[in-house]
Amino acid sequence: MSTSHAKAAEKFLRDQEYAKWHDNTFFGVRVKRDIMAREVPEWETLREKASQIKMHTLSHLDKYLSQFADNAEKNGVIVHWAEDADEFNETVLSILKENDVRKMVKSKSMLTEECEMNPYLERHGIEVVETDLGERIIQLLGQKPSHIVMPATHLSNDEVGDLFEEVLGSDKGNHDPTYLTYCARLSLRNQFLTAQAGMTGANFGVAATGDIVVCTNEGNADMSTSCPDLQISVIGLEKIIPDYECLAVFQRLLARSATGQPTTVFTSHFLKNRPGAKPMHIIIVDNGRSRWLADEKHRQTLKCIRCGACMNTCPVYRRSGGYSYSYFIPGPLGINLGMLRDPKEYSGNMSACSLCLTCQNVCPAKVNLADQIYMWRQQLPDFGTENRQKEMICKAMTKVMDSDTLYNKLTSMAHLANGVPGFLINSSLNPWAKEHKMMKFPPRPFHSIIKDMDKQK
Amino acid sequence: MKVGLFIPCYVDAIYPNVAMATYKLLRSLGVDVTYPQGQTCCGQPMANAGFESEAIPLARKMEDMFKGYDYVVAPSVSCTAFLRINYPDLIGKDHKCSIASKAMDVVEFLHDVLKVKSLPSKFPHRVSLHNSCHGVRELHLSSPKEIMTPTPFNKIRDLLELVEGIEVVEPERPDECCGFGGMFSIEETAVSGEMGKSKLQRHINTGAEYITGPDSSCLMHLAGVAAKEKAKGANGDDIRFIHVVEILAAGL
Repeated sequence: MSTSHAKAAEKFLRDQEYAKWHDNTFFGVRVKRDIMAREVPEWETLREKASQIKMHTLSHLDKYLSQFADNAEKNGVIVHWAEDADEFNETVLSILKENDVRKMVKSKSMLTEECEMNPYLERHGIEVVETDLGERIIQLLGQKPSHIVMPATHLSNDEVGDLFEEVLGSDKGNHDPTYLTYCARLSLRNQFLTAQAGMTGANFGVAATGDIVVCTNEGNADMSTSCPDLQISVIGLEKIIPDYECLAVFQRLLARSATGQPTTVFTSHFLKNRPGAKPMHIIIVDNGRSRWLADEKHRQTLKCIRCGACMNTCPVYRRSGGYSYSYFIPGPLGINLGMLRDPKEYSGNMSACSLCLTCQNVCPAKVNLADQIYMWRQQLPDFGTENRQKEMICKAMTKVMDSDTLYNKLTSMAHLANGVPGFLINSSLNPWAKEHKMMKFPPRPFHSIIKDMDKQK
Repeated sequence: MKVGLFIPCYVDAIYPNVAMATYKLLRSLGVDVTYPQGQTCCGQPMANAGFESEAIPLARKMEDMFKGYDYVVAPSVSCTAFLRINYPDLIGKDHKCSIASKAMDVVEFLHDVLKVKSLPSKFPHRVSLHNSCHGVRELHLSSPKEIMTPTPFNKIRDLLELVEGIEVVEPERPDECCGFGGMFSIEETAVSGEMGKSKLQRHINTGAEYITGPDSSCLMHLAGVAAKEKAKGANGDDIRFIHVVEILAAGL
């Protein structure tokens, strides 16, 4: 009955001390988010506005996309369109080749993870250096992000310290986070200065002005674009918003939801290349998004602004970790995006939700994440990925529940189960018994007691 | 006002005391309440597991069974929420679905319809309140921590505080899921168990003698976890479990 997620989660939970630390760490971010949100009296109105702006933009995406591209071109930007991951990677490579780039620094982008751009470029002889501290750490470790906003938070100071001793030559045994950050800075300075290109992702693309908006805490996107001569910014087509007024709504929600900060330390607007540098490139990527937009049941997922709040609040994510999900984005968002990407491949994450609904309450764009998981579960037979055992149980349950005779017989006999020896009931064949002691059934069900009471009247 | 008592299958089979307390409490408040025989399950477990079509015949049966009533009252937030929120999509297209708007959890029925302001019951104990997810986020029995409601509220607490001698406390993370989730608990046994254990510990940390809540399924899960932990010798605590209505009806 175990899904791929359930199996991975079981392994994750074997180290109880670590699992508790992981849970508390991410719940701590959720608490910070609550405190920040409470300081904004119009918080719930902002969420509603954000949701409506996104739905409006997505419903008129053709108009806003061309407006965005036109304005970017007017600014002197070279705009590219990529239909899928392959076309995206090829476009990046060709820009880099035309400009004799051997090394590219980049700020965090889940889109490049999605398209597996780094390994592609490395295969073609380009060195790619992640400059977000968390991303850099996991790049050096050869890992993937375990969270979309805090990609390396699953690691301890000691793990990072050991890594830096080995790779960056930091002082042995000095695992002080401030010192380690200093070491990373020092090594990254040199990377910024020796790269020929810098890449950023995008939190927003503003149609009215054509700018790419990037929100960071480390200033690494600005270093990546200010040192090398060539800037490439990449954006998924759902990240377009109409104008600055709309941006103001999202700006108030994003950092508060993501990390419990009133705003990110840097909010950078990239409109064009700096004086003397090469023209800036923007690559607008579809990679399935327009198909998802056509999916009436699930298009809401495209409202997501990638704050990661649904992960921090998810009791399952916190107790199973980012790597327990088979899609590269974990948590409620990842469950849904994985299903949009390839339902056959990623159905193993469908179990990772108790339908507690906290995710859709924190979502700043009001994506109905849990409702969609419920809907995806109904669709599993269409993909042939439904759990046959579960289906059998459900069918058997309906058979009993749809028949008074069967139901009455079973419930009146349930107490007999109390007499079954514990080793039979509490066996490994009974999944409930793994974590629970079996309940005791009373001698008579309610419906039979009240029947007698009603007769006596 | 005719009230139909809806007793979900697992309450009927495992917790007849909860059903009886609901019945007696409503009667004592002068409500014309009857229990239509022939009830079974609302279909929620099957639907949440991904087999919604299995719930359709059960939903139709529920609709027909309760069509003569003004309210359908149940001591179970999750099942009530399923009637109210899921039934219209499930059967509403080709079948009348009046039950959705009539379905109420007993807590909201007492709080919002009867507007109960006093109760004769006594319960001189410290109880830790378990705010079930679907009670919080679907029926709005209390304001969820995630939503920035101007004035936080809790209807369950309001009612419990009418009981003489009671002390109501809430655990840390008062509306975090306990990990039951129907089939979730047998499909994701490890995570479900871990969620249950941490929830249980937070309730125990309040120093309460009882854990109480508006949904016996969460309590069943937590009680099962507690008994297993105790059997393992991991936790010797003797915290007890009681449904909210059993407290409200204490002494009837």
